[in-house]
Formats: sequence, structure tokens, C-alpha cells
Amino acid sequence: MSQKTLLNATEIHVALHRLACQLIENHNDFSQTVLIGIQPRGGFLAKRLVSLLQNQYKIKEVQLGLLDITFYRDDFRRSEKPLEANKTAIDFVVEDKKVVFIDDVLYTGRSIRSALTAIGDFGRPTEIELLTLIDRRFSRHLPIQPDYRGRQVDAIDGEKVRVCWQEQEGEDAVYLIKE
Amino acid sequence: MSELSVNHLLGIKYITEEDIQLIFETADHFKEVIHRPIKKVPSLRDITIANLFFENSTRTRLSFELAQKRLSADIINFSAGSSSVKKGESLVDTVNNILSMKVDMVVMRHPNPGAGVFLSKHINASIINAGDGAHEHPTQALLDCYSIRERLGDVAGKKVVIVGDILHSRVALSNIFALQKLGATVKVCGPKTLMPRYIESLGVTFEPNLIKALNWCDVANMLRVQNERMDISYFPSTREYTQQFGLNKTILDNLDKEIIVMHPGPINRGVEITSDVADSKQAIILDQVQNGLAVRMAVLYLLASKIKRNDN
Repeated sequence: MSQKTLLNATEIHVALHRLACQLIENHNDFSQTVLIGIQPRGGFLAKRLVSLLQNQYKIKEVQLGLLDITFYRDDFRRSEKPLEANKTAIDFVVEDKKVVFIDDVLYTGRSIRSALTAIGDFGRPTEIELLTLIDRRFSRHLPIQPDYRGRQVDAIDGEKVRVCWQEQEGEDAVYLIKE
Repeated sequence: MSELSVNHLLGIKYITEEDIQLIFETADHFKEVIHRPIKKVPSLRDITIANLFFENSTRTRLSFELAQKRLSADIINFSAGSSSVKKGESLVDTVNNILSMKVDMVVMRHPNPGAGVFLSKHINASIINAGDGAHEHPTQALLDCYSIRERLGDVAGKKVVIVGDILHSRVALSNIFALQKLGATVKVCGPKTLMPRYIESLGVTFEPNLIKALNWCDVANMLRVQNERMDISYFPSTREYTQQFGLNKTILDNLDKEIIVMHPGPINRGVEITSDVADSKQAIILDQVQNGLAVRMAVLYLLASKIKRNDN
């Protein structure tokens, strides 16, 4: 097993600032927009972005929710490993709001497909966008593309992209892992 | 661990503490689901479940049915009163006939203790025991413990007294197993005639005095007097039972501490508990019903995830 660094802490920092600015361009003061972190890994990225928007770019209020998609996945009873659910926390109304899904890696697109179904159970948003730190090109199983991306990478099927966060793994870094 | 150690839920006796904790953690997620604007997830949409009720039931049956619908399963319902059981068909034949219609799971209530265990040896489907005679009622015990955990933070270290007809109660037996597996201490209280002879061999103590038992406990689970299961007189009169073992507001208010009152339903108001107790803040009877839905969704989901897919 070998690993290669795709993004170091500084590069992640730059990408996060760029993504925050792109969000502000489209969503102004976020009064009509809610951010939804896709569990389990999207929450870290979402919290970082919210903290940047509020502290660096002085957006007063950004609503952030966490969405778990386990019960909507299309591989229930298909995968060898049992599916483990995570917490969902959306304590605001998504009806008639702009929703931005936030996840660390976009790979096959199946998680996002599940998230699109899941969010519908909370109401009918006016539109849904997708923000992802890493976009794995050429690996999509579904017609889903991000609206905001940190970095596009080419990785083949046997490889894995791992995003580490200071608050969880002790460092900010993105690795490409070869089995 | 994220998988149950069993393929059926036949009784609390047959599952581990880890299984119970997994069911609780999963139920936490479903509790959030049932408060959404659309209270339904698509997980079990390729699963068909037969609800076989060979004995009357209202809340358990409604709770299972709703849990199945909230998980998008297809369901068929069967009650003994209107079936070929009356024509003399055996249990295995009845169930196999239903299973030949490609049913994946069976939820069964049956008057005979061990009916679920017997069936699990003869058929190829996942079975959930929804009550078998005076033996076990595992989902009731799970929802009772889940409700205690929700109200008190944890079940471990808590003192629980089960009051009433222990002899005829499947709720009592399942509760004793579940509470002990989770680290609680259990006492039973009620007329001596309604205590199983070897109850203390289960590691519980018998307390004949209701006030003493209530002063000792954190939680009192008041069972229903099951007149329909009593073939002989176990106590002189209902009035005398109420005087000795009925819980009223005066008793509750005079205790040294605030305890939690539970009841598996249906309540005989004025017999085992009075209306003002049942409707008081200390009673979590309606929480139990709501938690029952989340816990049953968790059990169905976790057992369904172990059913092998058949793509042919």
C-alpha cells in the first residue's frame, strides 16, 4: 500500500477560501440558503466552511444541517459490510430554500442520489447544489456533477481518496491511497 | 459491531447486550425519522412481511404494521379468527402456505409459549416474536428499556420494580432478561399467588409490600391484571388487589423520591394504576408507545439486513 499527497494543509486552506467565496457569489447573505453536510464525512467540511463564512467573511447567520443517507442507500442487503447509520440533524425548514449539499469526495454519485431522495422527506427546496472538496473524475455511475469543487483528481477504481481533518485525524491533508 | 448476532428475534434470552445496544442506537435514528415531514424511508421496499396474529392484539399489531409501512415494506395481515386455523390446519402448514407467496419475514403472536422457536426450526424466514403465551414479548421489553434509557440516560445501575401478575406475563419475563442484560437490578412485587415459584432463580428478588418496593426503585413497571389468562381465582377480588398493589397519586406523592411509572398497556384504569397517575408527568406510558414504533423499525431493519438477497 502506498500513498501520495494530493493536497497539503495550505492547499486545502486556499481551496476552502475559494469555495467560501464562490458560495457567497451565488448565495449573498445566505438568508434563503441552507448548507447540508452529508454524513459521515461531509459534516467536517461543512463546519469548516460555515466557520470561514461567519468569521472571515462576516456572514451573520449560516444554517447548517447534517443528513444521513443510510436508509436511502441503493446497496442495502447488497454490500458485504452492514451499513451503519449516523445522526441526522436538520432543525430548520428546507421548504422553498436553496440547499447546498456538502461532501468531501464525489466518486460514483450514488450517495448524492440517495441524498436527493432523503432531502425530499424534509420538504421541497427551490434548488439543490453540490459542493465537494475532491471530485474524482471519470468514475461516476450516475449523471451527477458538482457545482463547486475544490480539486478534480483522476483516480482509478482500486485507488482510494482519503480526506483528513485537523479536528478528526489531527492534520489537514488529502491522500491518494493505492492498495 | 453493527450487525445482530441472531437471524430471528425470538426472545431477549437469545440475544446479547451488544445486540440490544445496537437496536437502541438504530432506534435513535428512526426516532428522528418519525418526526420528519415525510416519516418514511425506502430501506425495506423489496421485503415482504407477514403479520400472523393467532391471538388478539391492538397496539403491538398497529405498531408493527406502522413500523413496516414506515420502512416501505410490503405487508400481509392474518388473524386466526378469520382463517383456516379454525379448519384444523397446523401452524407449520399455515405458515408455509403463506411463505410460498415469497414472504421474507414473519411477525407472529401466538398463545403457545415457544411457538416462535418451534417455527424457526421449520421455516426459512426471519421470525419476530410479538408475544408467545406467557413466555416472551421481546419488542415490548426493548421499548421499555429504551424508554428508561431515554428518560434516565442509561439502564445500567437503575433499580426497576415490576408490579403485578408476573405469573402470566410475557412482558415481565422479557423485561427481567433485558433489564439484567443491560445492568439494572430487578425486583418483582404482587400477590404471592401471581409469582412463579422459582422466580428468584432468575436473579430477581420478591417484595410483597408495594410501598417498600416503590421506595426502593427508580422505575415502577405496573403490569396489567390479565383476567383472560386466569383460569382460577388468584386473589379474592379486584378491589382487594387495588388496595394492596394499585398505584394512586397519594402513594406516588408520598414516596421519598420521584420515580418513573411505566405500563405496557392496555391500562385497567383504577385497578393497577389510577387515572391521575396514568396521566401524571411521572408516567411515560405514551412515550413507551412512541418509542415502540422506533424500536420495532430498528428490529425490522436490522433483521432484514441479514436476509440474503435472491436475484434470480
